[in-house]
Amino acid sequence: MSKTILEIRELKREFTMGAETVRALKGISFTVQAGEFVTIMGSSGSGKTTLLNILGCLDKPSIGDYLLDGVDVKKLSRDELAQLRNHKIGFVFQAYNLLPRTTALENVELPLLYNREVSAEERRKRAIHALEAVKLADRHDHTPSQLSGGQQQRVAIARALVNEPVMILADEATGNLDSRTSYEIMALMQELNKTQGKTIVFVTHEPDIASFSHRTILLRDGIIQKDTPNENIRSARKVLDNLPVTDDY
Amino acid sequence: MSFLNLIIIALRALQRNKLRAFLTMLGIIMGVGSVIAMVAIGQGSKQSIHDSLSNMGSNMITVMPASNLNGGVKISGSSFQTLTDKDIIALKQQGQYITDISPSVTAKGQAIIGPLNWPTSMQGVDPAYLDIRKLTLKDGIAFTEQDVQTSAKVCLIGQTVIDNLFPNGENPIGKVIRFGNIPFQIIGILNPKGQNAFGQDQDDILIAPYSTVQKRILATIYYQNIYASAANEQVTDQAVTEITSILRESHRLRDSEDNDFQVRTQEELINTLSSTSGLLTVLLTVIAGISLVIGGIGIMNIMYVSVTERTREIGLRMSIGARGKDILLQFLAEAVLISITGGIIGVILGIISCRLVTLILGWPTIISESSVLLSFVVCALTGIFFGYYPAQKASRLDPIEALRYE
Repeated sequence: MSKTILEIRELKREFTMGAETVRALKGISFTVQAGEFVTIMGSSGSGKTTLLNILGCLDKPSIGDYLLDGVDVKKLSRDELAQLRNHKIGFVFQAYNLLPRTTALENVELPLLYNREVSAEERRKRAIHALEAVKLADRHDHTPSQLSGGQQQRVAIARALVNEPVMILADEATGNLDSRTSYEIMALMQELNKTQGKTIVFVTHEPDIASFSHRTILLRDGIIQKDTPNENIRSARKVLDNLPVTDDY
Repeated sequence: MSFLNLIIIALRALQRNKLRAFLTMLGIIMGVGSVIAMVAIGQGSKQSIHDSLSNMGSNMITVMPASNLNGGVKISGSSFQTLTDKDIIALKQQGQYITDISPSVTAKGQAIIGPLNWPTSMQGVDPAYLDIRKLTLKDGIAFTEQDVQTSAKVCLIGQTVIDNLFPNGENPIGKVIRFGNIPFQIIGILNPKGQNAFGQDQDDILIAPYSTVQKRILATIYYQNIYASAANEQVTDQAVTEITSILRESHRLRDSEDNDFQVRTQEELINTLSSTSGLLTVLLTVIAGISLVIGGIGIMNIMYVSVTERTREIGLRMSIGARGKDILLQFLAEAVLISITGGIIGVILGIISCRLVTLILGWPTIISESSVLLSFVVCALTGIFFGYYPAQKASRLDPIEALRYE
């Protein structure tokens, strides 16, 4: 069978704020297999952001286990977590978080600069390859201000791909985009998932977006309310083709 | 993260804000530039002060005879005859801190040529005396060791004597004058030295080989003075001690006996010299310090602003795998790159302005390698020192908060 990329067991996360203890996650368990495309949904206050931080190895659980690609995150130091993020996770953010006044190619190269095993030549090659994968091969030298929102997000996705992570972690990756561009991004995600077998965990609050994934985990008040496979996976490409083109100007 | 990657990261970060990087650099550029220029101008004027003081013979040492009798009426040292050829030989053989040495005998008398005459004095010395007193010739040649051995009747003539014996401006070289009853051929003209500190005219003189003056005029075997020059101003004290012990031995003085001679130095000149250079050094160091500290504070200020402004960038870098250490090194590298680049430009600018000062104002400037090297090292240290605190602040950010920072 396929490999387990992500395994969460009875995970709890508590924050101490003054005298009060806030329990953001109250014991959740799930696993994600290699090649899955999972969306995590939930309204604000559901613990979505806390879970995302933990999945992204930016934070550690208070109680419970989190195994990423067989590595127990809980035992790692701050520096080791950074290295784990560098090797195994590709982040895509809502606000793209590209470096301003820096070319697309250099933005994509960034994670590899923190990986001493990658040579300069290899770094360039992989960055070009990643930009090709998001269909921006002709935009190497463009800076973020010279790119549209959708293009910027695609550069960000290329940056997430370049270190060949075991999982792409997207945080409201379509939140800043109009619907057409959102569908374009989702089509790209689906393509990466299908053709390259990338594991994708996509955090969103839009049910529309969730319908493109294999499976939806619904969080509510710090627990998993629903964890269901999608019966009817939509193709973003088809949705895109069916969109009226009248709004083009 | 390798060192090369660190430099690439820092360079790219600086590139994104070229104007700001340059303006930050400006503080360092000005600082280093002014340090280089100031030090060069200071060194130049120090050197020229030093040269003019050395011209007075600041490392000259004078030995005079003296009384070593206790009790009774004290008599002027010059009445004693204690310095002889034996002393000169001993000093020449054993002296380590002394470079030149010359005996001296002086005769007073009338210099006569044709109908003109002039009362002056004739000093009998060794050829080395010219070096000791920093005397130079305007024309003609100096007498030699050969002339000393043969007690040759040749002399050098000072400007005042020329003015009185050759009022019509004829060339005195080759002319024969009489001093006392002895004819002397003039072979060289001394460059005028003007008065000394006590208002004595130093140009009212004839200089001849000491053997000539001793044998032909004074008929004596003693010297009135011995002049020597220390290797440099710094070893003057050692030279004095050395001369004293050599002469005591040569004069066979017992430990209980006082010196029958005196050794004097140009202490006043030396003190002036060292206090001048000391003052200049302190002044320049202070200027250098202040300007570099100001430049450094500029860097610190900008790095602080930069850390706050780039909080999200720091968050992003951390989320894609930068460790706290990597962030610290990046910001340190940025600060050091700014300060070193500023340092290089500052050095170049400083050298150019030195050339301009020399060219336009005609001031002497000396660009010392040590000042260039020093300001460079100080620059790098400034970068590290003033860059460290902001860099540390950046490295301690929490990636979660940094990513969501607005």
